[in-house]
Amino acid sequence: MEKIIVVGNGMVGYKFCEKLIASPRRKDFELVVFGEEPRSAYDRVHLSEYFSKEQPDELLMAPLSWYHENDIELRTSELIREIRPDQKEVVTYKDEIFSYDRLVLATGSYPFVPPIKGTDKPGVFVYRTIEDLDAMRHYASRLKKEGKTRAVVLGGGLLGLEAANAAKELGMQTDVVEFAPRLMPRQLDDSASNMLESKIKSLGINVHLNKATSEIAGEEGVESLKFSDGSSLKTDMLIISAGIRPRDELAKNAGLKTGERGGVWVDNKMQTSAKDIYAIGEVAFYNGGLYGLVAPGYNMAEVAVEQITGGDKLMIESIDMSTQLKLIGTEVASFGDPFIDNDEVATIVYENKRSGIYKRINVSREGERLLGGILIGDSSDYNNLFQLYINAMKLPENPEDLIIPSKDGKESAVGSALDYPDTAQICSCESVTKGAICGSVESGDCESLGDVIKTTKAATGCGGCKPMVADLVKASLKSMGKEVKETICAHFKFSRQELYDLIKINRIKDYNEALDLFGQGNGCEICKPALASIFSSIYMETANKQVTIQDSNDRFLANIQKNGSYSVVPRVPGGEITPEKLMVLGRVAQKYDLYSKITGGQRIDLFGAQLHQLPHIWRELIDAGFESGHAYGKSLRTVKSCVGSSWCRYGMHESVSFAIQIEERYKGLRSPHKLKGGVSGCIRECAEARGKDFGIIAVESGWNLYVCGNGGATPKHAILLAEQLDDETCIKYIDRFLMYYIRTAPPLTRTAPWLEKLEGGIDYLKDVVVNDSLGIAEELEKEMQELVDKYECEWKQAIEDPEMMKRFKHFVNSDDADDNLEFVPMRDQKKARVWK
Amino acid sequence: MQNIIEQYNSVAATDVKKWFKAGKTSDFPTDGGACVKYESKQIAVFHFTRISKWYACQNLCPHKLEMVISRGMIGEDEGIPKVACPMHKKTFSLEDGGNLNGDDYKIAVYPVKIEDENVYIGFSD
Ligand code: SRM
Ligand SMILES: Cc1cc2nc3c(=O)[nH]c(=O)nc-3n(C[C@H](O)[C@H](O)[C@H](O)COP(=O)(O)OP(=O)(O)OC[C@H]3O[C@@H](n4cnc5c(N)ncnc54)[C@H](O)[C@@H]3O)c2cc1C
Ligand code: SF4
Ligand code: FES
Repeated sequence: MEKIIVVGNGMVGYKFCEKLIASPRRKDFELVVFGEEPRSAYDRVHLSEYFSKEQPDELLMAPLSWYHENDIELRTSELIREIRPDQKEVVTYKDEIFSYDRLVLATGSYPFVPPIKGTDKPGVFVYRTIEDLDAMRHYASRLKKEGKTRAVVLGGGLLGLEAANAAKELGMQTDVVEFAPRLMPRQLDDSASNMLESKIKSLGINVHLNKATSEIAGEEGVESLKFSDGSSLKTDMLIISAGIRPRDELAKNAGLKTGERGGVWVDNKMQTSAKDIYAIGEVAFYNGGLYGLVAPGYNMAEVAVEQITGGDKLMIESIDMSTQLKLIGTEVASFGDPFIDNDEVATIVYENKRSGIYKRINVSREGERLLGGILIGDSSDYNNLFQLYINAMKLPENPEDLIIPSKDGKESAVGSALDYPDTAQICSCESVTKGAICGSVESGDCESLGDVIKTTKAATGCGGCKPMVADLVKASLKSMGKEVKETICAHFKFSRQELYDLIKINRIKDYNEALDLFGQGNGCEICKPALASIFSSIYMETANKQVTIQDSNDRFLANIQKNGSYSVVPRVPGGEITPEKLMVLGRVAQKYDLYSKITGGQRIDLFGAQLHQLPHIWRELIDAGFESGHAYGKSLRTVKSCVGSSWCRYGMHESVSFAIQIEERYKGLRSPHKLKGGVSGCIRECAEARGKDFGIIAVESGWNLYVCGNGGATPKHAILLAEQLDDETCIKYIDRFLMYYIRTAPPLTRTAPWLEKLEGGIDYLKDVVVNDSLGIAEELEKEMQELVDKYECEWKQAIEDPEMMKRFKHFVNSDDADDNLEFVPMRDQKKARVWK
Repeated sequence: MQNIIEQYNSVAATDVKKWFKAGKTSDFPTDGGACVKYESKQIAVFHFTRISKWYACQNLCPHKLEMVISRGMIGEDEGIPKVACPMHKKTFSLEDGGNLNGDDYKIAVYPVKIEDENVYIGFSD
């Protein structure tokens, strides 16, 4: 048995382990991995999501148990200090010595900090590890308490912009300083950089180009940056993102050959100049270059495993450096050679300053091949263009069609994944070809997207190729005559729409009956709430009826909070509230010591109620005329309003009255996902109606109705469905629209992604809702009216029925409260105390 | 917190020293769970009415250490009876307490017996 030691448990070191354990010769090797970081390998590519994730575990490439189960000895928090190629040994920082038969260096890079005076001051950060982000977050929250909110990112490259976005998300007023005259100088040309700059500025991030920083000044911590042109910029913290350098110190000290700009020299077998030592990932200097992306690193890991286990795979010669910028609120991508400009090349540019779109493609003179390009503002064609480029595919007759939006807005000239050759690489992170994806389906090994992802590992890296993989799987299944089914879970082999029809037509009354008739097994946390939603959408039954199939929040008619306590959100239709009712909320909050906050939905949330307190609180609220706000349900939340024509000098119609009317109409309506509405009194749009599932904006001659917008992680503006409507028609269209959505959408799909999947898109939806092309308009209106008529406040229902009240008790056998639940003071109120 | 976690250790049916009477069967919801207090412990008890089976486990979710498991939704994963925590939907086998999402967390499970419409939970202390 040979012993392999891997130094570095980053993304590439991890990939090496994953590939090795998949090798048929796995049992011939003992595998020991040293990692300097305190945790096992995590997804650095998605590091910025750390701020929005619950906790670091969610970024891990694999849980700790995975290493254990696969017989990998993982030694975290252990730095290797020295390697001794002659003795075939490595030495840890604790001076422990381990010998190896083969050594793999996967030590990655460190962030480069330029030699500027003052980089050692408190408040200066780099952006590479979870610990870096933790430190930034702590510092930022301390600053904010002192009223300081400025941050500067040094470096306007790919990572710098990502860091800037992160700083912004921490609530800091963020500026980016770049030495070069352009943003992302390695990927973008001047026009693209200009377009990106104005986009970024519109997001509230300031950009300073052509600035050489000469000093970082400040007494206790960073206070300002001084530039060589004499100007300066005040800031409270600084994030340096000025490039990366390979961590080649172990190799250098041991006398291994290194590259001119650093990095451990390797050949196309990933072998270094020393016997039995390999280098992979960002630390490797291969073919004259260093590669700061994960995809080439993964390729290297695969080659190293092959070479060590006796295979003959070699590293490809030219490495693709195409990239997409993530997370900055605008789309940016560059691929191939973005700048190439000579007699052999024709450059085609499309620029639209109004919509902030810039696209450039570089094609060979004869217009046959795509050589590279840049996309700003709209990178939806990136995957397709990238495929044309990487597979050297023949271009359409007029290559400009690839980037110029077609007049009818329909078919794009780019073609689809189905037209690619089998060798086309669809997932570049995991190097999975179209052939492998379709093959896994055609061979019968895989029957769904999930299977394919599990088997081929496609779409498990950056995830960018997932839509394409899904299309290919769908097409392959179809070509085999198999129906492509989106089943809701293992217990029901039906789509939500099918189940909706089955339950309605057969007048099924409860979950057990549905499971007996159409399902198998015992159900789970996916099908239960999905069916609960269907039952209530058909019969308007409240969550009090089939209590244990409700999602936990619906079951207790409240949102569970961090420490197991609950929040209370009464309905405040349209956001209008009398002083008397406001005082009731205040008094109830005071009596039960509830943390009070105005929500983003124009109402008031009272937090920190214990389960047994909920009915008492609600009884008082209901006595004062409040109703459930359904903040816990996949149902209508709020219809936001602006003050409108009653007060506002620009208002055209009474937006508040209309918002209240609509909120009252659809309150309690359960749907595949939550529903939100908005009504604005004029096009200034103070109610943000276009960020809602249905939004109504007053115009001179009536209301314009927009549908299928949302905020959240993937914001979408609602699209115009119909113009200049009177009140009655507007409500009629909303009835039809909502009912059609409720009938046909998959579970947990909001209106925007539903519309995206709807064949024919908004034109089709207009046909159904406005022109009644399916002849079901009347039926939809009738169904909606029935639901509206059956509305009942479920909190009122619950407190009036002693049987239903039984569930609001922490213990069945005692009246005690949960003794594990605690609060701590915060400002003048309280917050949840968490244990972990 | 450590001492709270350490209170919970799975009990095998053969090791039961004391059967604690937790309540009547009708005190518990059908196809769902509720929480029982036993000395300093909180135990979640689930009635799988469809298959006439009862299970019990710690009420403490090992993920965030909150007393919430009894409020979770129950179901089945390839034949294994399971509960999904209401906080982040981590799912646990009610047969052996193992986590079914591939995480390290585990919960303690306890035997349950029904006699004369009464629910008993088995403890070894
Ligand atoms: C309380 C509130 C934040 C606040 O203090 O202002 C809030 C709090 C929560 N939001 Fe929100 N959202 C709140 C307004 C919003 C808004 C603003 C709005 O409605 O105008 C948005 C963006 C608009 C939108 O939904 O499109 C918003 C987008 C989300 C999303 C992302 C939805 C998406 O489609 O991507 C989620 C996650 C989800 O639903 O899956 C979410 C989920 C949540 C949850 C339910 C998360 C959870 O599961 O615990 C939070 C629970 C609230 C609670 O415990 O009571 N919240 N959330 C706001 C309650 C409004 C209300 O009165 O009901
Ligand atoms: C914020 C951010 C965003 C990114 N976005 C993208 C993107 O969108 N697309 C993309 O392709 N790439 C992206 N990258 C780059 C990508 O993360 C890296 O290319 C990849 O992580 C390199 O993997 P690696 O294993 O070579 O190095 P690393 O992930 O850096 O791992 C090296 C590990 O080795 C450890 N180590 C070093 N020396 C020693 C030693 N002597 N002893 C023990 N352990 C040691 C280090 O602590 C580290 O954990 C991004 C990087 C960052 C920071
Ligand atoms: S949207 Fe129009 S009516 Fe409403 S507050 Fe703004 S300006 Fe006034
Ligand atoms: S607290 Fe139970 S899953 Fe997170």
